[in-house]
Amino acid sequence: MKHLLSIDDLSVDDIRTLFTTAAEMHDVQRRQVKKLPALRGRTVINMFFEDSTRTRSSFEIAGKWLSADVINVSGKGSSTSKGESLRDTVLTVCAMGVDGLVIRHGASGAARQVSEWVDAVVINAGDGTHEHPTQALLDAYTLERRLGSLEGRHVAIIGDLTHSRVFRSNVQCLTKLGAQVTVVAPPTLMPSGVDSWSKDAGFETSYDVDSVLPQADAVMMLRVQRERMSGGYFPSAREYTVGYGLTRERLARLKPDAPICHPGPMNRGLEIAADAADAAQSVVLDQVSAGVAIRMSVLYHLLAGEETTA
Amino acid sequence: MPAQTGAQTDPVQGRVVLDARDISRALSRISHEILERNKGPEDLVLLGLPTRGVPLARRIAEKIAAVEGIEVAVGALDVTMYRDDLRANPTRSPHKTDIPPAGIDGKTVVLVDDVLFSGRTIRAALDALGDLGRPATVRLAVLVDRGHRELPIRADHVGKNLPSARSERVGVRLAEIDGRDEVVISDANGGVA
Repeated sequence: MKHLLSIDDLSVDDIRTLFTTAAEMHDVQRRQVKKLPALRGRTVINMFFEDSTRTRSSFEIAGKWLSADVINVSGKGSSTSKGESLRDTVLTVCAMGVDGLVIRHGASGAARQVSEWVDAVVINAGDGTHEHPTQALLDAYTLERRLGSLEGRHVAIIGDLTHSRVFRSNVQCLTKLGAQVTVVAPPTLMPSGVDSWSKDAGFETSYDVDSVLPQADAVMMLRVQRERMSGGYFPSAREYTVGYGLTRERLARLKPDAPICHPGPMNRGLEIAADAADAAQSVVLDQVSAGVAIRMSVLYHLLAGEETTA
Repeated sequence: MPAQTGAQTDPVQGRVVLDARDISRALSRISHEILERNKGPEDLVLLGLPTRGVPLARRIAEKIAAVEGIEVAVGALDVTMYRDDLRANPTRSPHKTDIPPAGIDGKTVVLVDDVLFSGRTIRAALDALGDLGRPATVRLAVLVDRGHRELPIRADHVGKNLPSARSERVGVRLAEIDGRDEVVISDANGGVA
């Protein structure tokens, strides 16, 4: 496989290999000299057409620790704001001799489209409401480090599912690794057509947080993506919190060793209470450090070896 | 996508040049040489190069413990990311690097590998060591030196010098990984040399 566009493209063996390498990369974070020479002479460009702090800096650190030359381009202030098409922008940077293209774009399918235009390795860092594969990999990796094998373990994903690419990638990744997934959202934020999809993919849906939480071995809270909402999904922030937020009261009903994940950025007080975000069982910061390890692993496997025919 | 780690040697036929007892004797001698050279077991760190250098390093540590009654530090040093032929091969998954908690700064590090051939693995290992710390001394112990060096590198402790043709294959099997101990030499096609 040449690119990382979707979790769907990965076999269970691929995921295992990425995790094994990530575990080695994780150790590099604790070293004094955080540098491996594997991608010396390779150039990676991060093209972020949407705002991002953690994903972009995570990819940047990952590339730099592997000795790649990393360049960041953001949508704002780039030539796209002068009216250049996405195709022209990516062809332009690839003409400079770029080996890897990490792309985040507001349009679902943007990464796959770009991969058909360029020779460089394309890594999807989030495309619209479609997928965010490295986030799903780092989430599953973080959970495995806490729980051991995910086979048969019950993971609850709660929040704004309609706008969440994290949820779409995570459902695929977790079910591939054998976890039982229950997704919970208010009816207005449950994706349309989820019933037939959940039957195919083998996950459950629910509208009732309080019945799901006590059974969960891990819980993943998703951000309410207000920037993607034009209003009308729920009456007020307070009402969302009462119905679907991980409040202090709900935290008490969770299994005491069940990890709490959040892909960030967190809206404290909205989908997750400060007590839950800072609880001993919260793995939010583990997710961030795992993110660097997973992205190092992905960059290494896609860019270090000989060019394979896709 | 990623290539799987293939650590198994091919089931080659071939001529056995060292059997289990020869290997044990060679490792005993290497253990004594290491102690003699270091004037004792102080500040020794044995780092095996995956895959087969790691069990060899452990065996040497056991033999040193039997002689001196002291457990010397043993670890593993993976050099995959430091290889100069990374670009020429499908991506290999790195093995575990395991540096003893006391570190390598100021220590006498003995790198342990099964076969010394081109010397490129050792070159990579020296680079990897440089990123982990600054040993006082680095030495090299190998079970088999088969010649054909491509770099100015030599071993300090050698189990057996095995003159070989470049096209021949030298296979080391160890009980921990392959179920039995032997060193086999075969022609390029895996037949008896």
